[in-house]
Amino acid sequence: MVEAVAMAHGWEMQHDPSVVVIGQDVGANGGVFRATAGLQARFGTDRVQDTPLAEATIAGMSVGMATHGLKPVAEIQFMGFMYPALDQIVNHMSRMRYRTRGRLTCPVVIRTPHGGGIHAPEHHSESTETMLCHIPGIRVVCPSSPARAYGLLLAAIRDPDPVMFLEPVRLYRAMRQEVSDDGQALPLDHCFILREGSDVTIVTWGAMTIETLRAVGDLESQGISAEVIDLATLSPIDGETILASVAKTGRLVIVHEAARNVGVGAEIAALVAEHGLYDLRAPVQRVTGFDTIMPLFRLEHDYIPCVQRIVDAVQLTLTD
Amino acid sequence: MRIVLEAPPRKPWHNSHMRTVAEFKIDYKQILDPRGEIVAPPPKFAADRGEVLRMYQAMTRVRVFDAKAVNLQRTGQLGTYPSSLGHEAAHIGVGAAMQPEDVLAPVYREFGTQLWRGVTMKEILLYWGGDERGNDFGRPKHDFAWCVPIATQTLHAAGAAMAFKLRKEPRCALAYIGDGGTSEGAFYEALNLAGARTLPVVFVIVNNGWAISVPVARQTATQTLAQKAVAAGIPGIQVDGNDVFAVRETVGEALSAARRGAGPCLIEALTYRLSDHTTADDASRYRSPEEVKQAWALEPLIRIRQYLRNIGAWTESEEQTLLKDCTREVDAAVNEYLNTPKQSTDAMFDTLFAELPAHLREQRAIARKYGAKPRGH
Repeated sequence: MVEAVAMAHGWEMQHDPSVVVIGQDVGANGGVFRATAGLQARFGTDRVQDTPLAEATIAGMSVGMATHGLKPVAEIQFMGFMYPALDQIVNHMSRMRYRTRGRLTCPVVIRTPHGGGIHAPEHHSESTETMLCHIPGIRVVCPSSPARAYGLLLAAIRDPDPVMFLEPVRLYRAMRQEVSDDGQALPLDHCFILREGSDVTIVTWGAMTIETLRAVGDLESQGISAEVIDLATLSPIDGETILASVAKTGRLVIVHEAARNVGVGAEIAALVAEHGLYDLRAPVQRVTGFDTIMPLFRLEHDYIPCVQRIVDAVQLTLTD
Repeated sequence: MRIVLEAPPRKPWHNSHMRTVAEFKIDYKQILDPRGEIVAPPPKFAADRGEVLRMYQAMTRVRVFDAKAVNLQRTGQLGTYPSSLGHEAAHIGVGAAMQPEDVLAPVYREFGTQLWRGVTMKEILLYWGGDERGNDFGRPKHDFAWCVPIATQTLHAAGAAMAFKLRKEPRCALAYIGDGGTSEGAFYEALNLAGARTLPVVFVIVNNGWAISVPVARQTATQTLAQKAVAAGIPGIQVDGNDVFAVRETVGEALSAARRGAGPCLIEALTYRLSDHTTADDASRYRSPEEVKQAWALEPLIRIRQYLRNIGAWTESEEQTLLKDCTREVDAAVNEYLNTPKQSTDAMFDTLFAELPAHLREQRAIARKYGAKPRGH
């Protein structure tokens, strides 16, 4: 997937001279995950710039650049380091269009690695998408495959508003998939149905699609047909696709790696409670990370929901 | 450093009234040059041969430990590890200058200082092996644990110093920061606070030339990082970070001043990151082998060893014995680390709050049911 991310950058920089890449170690080093590999050699040090080591700098300069003719694609090296940037994102980036009644806008993409599972050090494995989803005026996107990373990143860069682009680290090198470098974007604000099914709807995103699809395989051998929806854009949520699926299956399980409390899963459950309650044949189940600190890596696989937890949650919705 | 202040001109916009209202200079201190020669008046501790040997042995000890830790990572027995290779003089110099009751706020690479202060090799390995118990130092109980987010620890040190000041304790805090970290807002906020409140805190920038792939010249337009002190109204000084004598003396003087109420200080120790940033990095992508080769000639162990030989305090057979002893100690610590069983899933919950709320007791039960996957190191 990491090559797909670099490829999307390359396409868009080739075709839109206003696109610039900024961040820590994105230049000669090509990003600590190699997501910007080769870009500086290809587009030069003006358009692919290593910033000073400061996240508030990255987000704040993105606001300045975006309001004055550029389209910054900024990398925050790990999601756990995003907090100094939040002041700029919450207080400026997200509301620039709104408070100037459209006079100034912020076409910025902030990319950041997301989630755990790769044996990384402390603060390198967070899934704090909820924090971002609570901010009005920005989109939050999380791809679950190389093809969706490519298409959604193109869409994010072309979008006239700020997009937070969360890249699941477990998928960076876990999955190989041919992606054609054709500049075709995928739509934002839409879910993707990864697998059709009739007994239960499972909504998930990012790296948790791995465990979810494995669980669906197990369930299939038990004669249970699950529909899997990749949320893809975490904010705003594509309610229509989810509600249509729940209307068909009557059951809903939400799976995410992030902590449970006020997680995006709660928003999806509320959406279905408000608009699809009478379609439900069983209470909604959530399978999530615990409301604890993401542990250091010896315990991280005890934190990330496992296949069996998903299977059990689905079976619970099928029990009378 | 000297700051000259005069009354501001009455009409600063009028050229004929222009004059200098402030200027500064940054001193650079070196006592032991790269050949092991004493080039400045030696500090008092240098007269104590045993003390100098103790520092040299500690520098060797952390280097042996460090090589083993990198090796453990390469063989899949440790997580990502930030080598301290080349930083031994800076780290041991600071450790030796501090008092046990002072508080250390490290970044994540200062193993030499931590070992000097009593943190164990096993604790270091546990943390970098993905186990929080490594942060639960047997001693010193009052030091902060590693700080992976950049520059945030400088404010913790300032806060600890404020506590010492308010509680009238004759203690100091010392925060490390890297050259890259000086670009973060938190660093300037800490300097500003420390200056504005005359806090007993010392900030040590370990300038090793590189913030992962970004050289210092791309972080800042200033000629030194020590001069960042000027804007905070506190003294700033540069020191040869490969010279354990200069580091210890400079940091010692700064701590003494802070302890007697004279306020904070910023020290920039110039050294070089001989290793990759961490074991997850490949520095050959962004810096030349020639640069690294040159840096090896200046590395800190050569000169102190040479100095000890020159004064007849160190022989080759003593060197071999020391290396053997260090290896034996490191191997024993590695064994202890590798034989430490994984924590139970309860560990995710049990120290989160003083008392665990009800919903987390439920989640702890779920973790027990599904958890305890047999993954070791």
